Amino acid sequence: MPERADFLHGGLRMRLVVGLKYILDPEIPPRDFRIDEEARRPVQGRASLVISPFDENALELALQMKDRDPATQVVALSAGPASSEEALRKALSLRVDEAVRVETDPLGEPDGEQTALLLARAVQRLGGDILLVGRQAGDWDRGQTGPIAAEILGWPCVTAVSRIEAADGRLRLRHEGPDGLEVVEATPPLVLTVTNDEANQLRIPKARDILATRSKQVGRLSLDDLGLSPEAVPPRSEVTRLYVPVEEHQCEWIEGDDAEAKARALADRLMALKVL
Amino acid sequence: MSVLSLLLLRDGGRPDKAALEALGAGRVAARALGAELEAAVVASGGGRAELGAYGVRAVWQLAGPAGDYQPERWLTALEGLVRAAGAEVVVLAGDAAGRELGPRLGHRLGSGSVTECVDFRAEGGRLEAVRPVFGGKATAHVRVEGRPAVLVTRLHAFAPAEPGEAGAEPAVHEVAVELPPADGLPRVVERIEESGGGVRLEEAKRIVSGGRGLGGPENFALLEELARVIGGAVGASRAAVDAGWVPPSYQIGQTGHIVAPDLYLAVGISGASQHLAGIAGARHVVAINKDASAPIFKVAELGVVEDYRKVLPPLIEELKRRLG
Repeated sequence: MPERADFLHGGLRMRLVVGLKYILDPEIPPRDFRIDEEARRPVQGRASLVISPFDENALELALQMKDRDPATQVVALSAGPASSEEALRKALSLRVDEAVRVETDPLGEPDGEQTALLLARAVQRLGGDILLVGRQAGDWDRGQTGPIAAEILGWPCVTAVSRIEAADGRLRLRHEGPDGLEVVEATPPLVLTVTNDEANQLRIPKARDILATRSKQVGRLSLDDLGLSPEAVPPRSEVTRLYVPVEEHQCEWIEGDDAEAKARALADRLMALKVL
Repeated sequence: MSVLSLLLLRDGGRPDKAALEALGAGRVAARALGAELEAAVVASGGGRAELGAYGVRAVWQLAGPAGDYQPERWLTALEGLVRAAGAEVVVLAGDAAGRELGPRLGHRLGSGSVTECVDFRAEGGRLEAVRPVFGGKATAHVRVEGRPAVLVTRLHAFAPAEPGEAGAEPAVHEVAVELPPADGLPRVVERIEESGGGVRLEEAKRIVSGGRGLGGPENFALLEELARVIGGAVGASRAAVDAGWVPPSYQIGQTGHIVAPDLYLAVGISGASQHLAGIAGARHVVAINKDASAPIFKVAELGVVEDYRKVLPPLIEELKRRLG
């Protein structure tokens, strides 16, 4: 386990801000998935709301850094409607130090640019050395928020990070680059986007910690608190159509009296494809 | 009016697969808009790309060296080239580099970006990007408000450009761009060799892939054996990765590796939307699953409803015999 001093940066305690998006459960089967074509957005229907899966991985990495150095502070941050406070309550039950919601109600459903601006301004307001977010949210799959927040903050960005180690005041980040898995060395301030790994599955809260969250408060920041007006947070993209694609497809079933006959028939058909 | 394909050549001046996809996608966008295709090139080692055969009218490249790929430095290089070229639309391939640079570039240029594009079409003289959303359960058309729109492809969604008859040699413009010093920026200190999976999956011609239906990690050995026989790679669904049976480098899907093999053999994979979104580019999908109602059969060309444990051993023997 690294020494505490490994985590010190510039003589300050490391403060990690983790962005959490509260979304329609991406695992909902297609038959239960509904959209409002007119409004060009999904409707909740039977779907429950969950923390976006890669954001959970980001939260777990932050909590692991706190495990290794209790002086590390973790702030959970969500830009969204009031329902997002459920995600923040879950983060509180996992013992983050603070949980803050940026109120997006005047903006409707923000796009990637808008969310990035809100998160970046909140990080400036709350203070932080590293902003961690999932590599993409499990609803619109845009993957824009982290990289654009880095632009706004003027910080470097390392994407698709799966593990973080600290050594000699630097961070060693395992990430998936264009040529494969690699280790990148970087010093805060930084924006990290996080991808899943067997070592960063989000832990389960303890019952007593869930009880303890009842007395904890979720902080709120309005656009005004961030020095912004709705006009200062314009969307940069527009969804002009949203629909469920119609699929027409016929599968050829491989038949046979038993598994071996099916295997032989499949081998015939595979050879006939001429791709082996 | 022009469409600018951005080529990030990390291996000198040779156009790699991602670069050819950026050119192919750029051509689709240019046709939709009735625009000319141009290219901007950032190459490690200052290599020069030969692009005359790809129908590119102009090439914008750095006057100085770019050095090895480093996101902040190459982003500044791209920004300088795009500003000099003044295009209507900018297109990047959605490999790891395109995905991390595209959104930042769109922001820097004061316009905006769309990622995971699978098609482009013109509506009222403006380009709209078509992309899967909600793990492939829906399709959205997205328009960027500002100019130039930065559009990042979903890897393999566009056919790579093929060299045609050499047209007129493109005009070459050299642009002087001052890159930020590398000191203090993130840098690669180690490359990790992966035993399986990894970016190689994205190039594999044949993939044998396993899901939760395998029932446990030990059963991937059968898949490995089949992959050896047919000269393929082994992948997995997110469910198998989340179960801890194989490392995340094996993961195929919208949230893993996007693949486009000639043959994709799915074993014990139910076919969650996000998984199907990652194999949309496969030429032939073959599925083996006990459950005939599994969604994987909706995209499979050949389907075997059977316990894979009973099918794979005789299949491996048959194929061994036939492939000698």
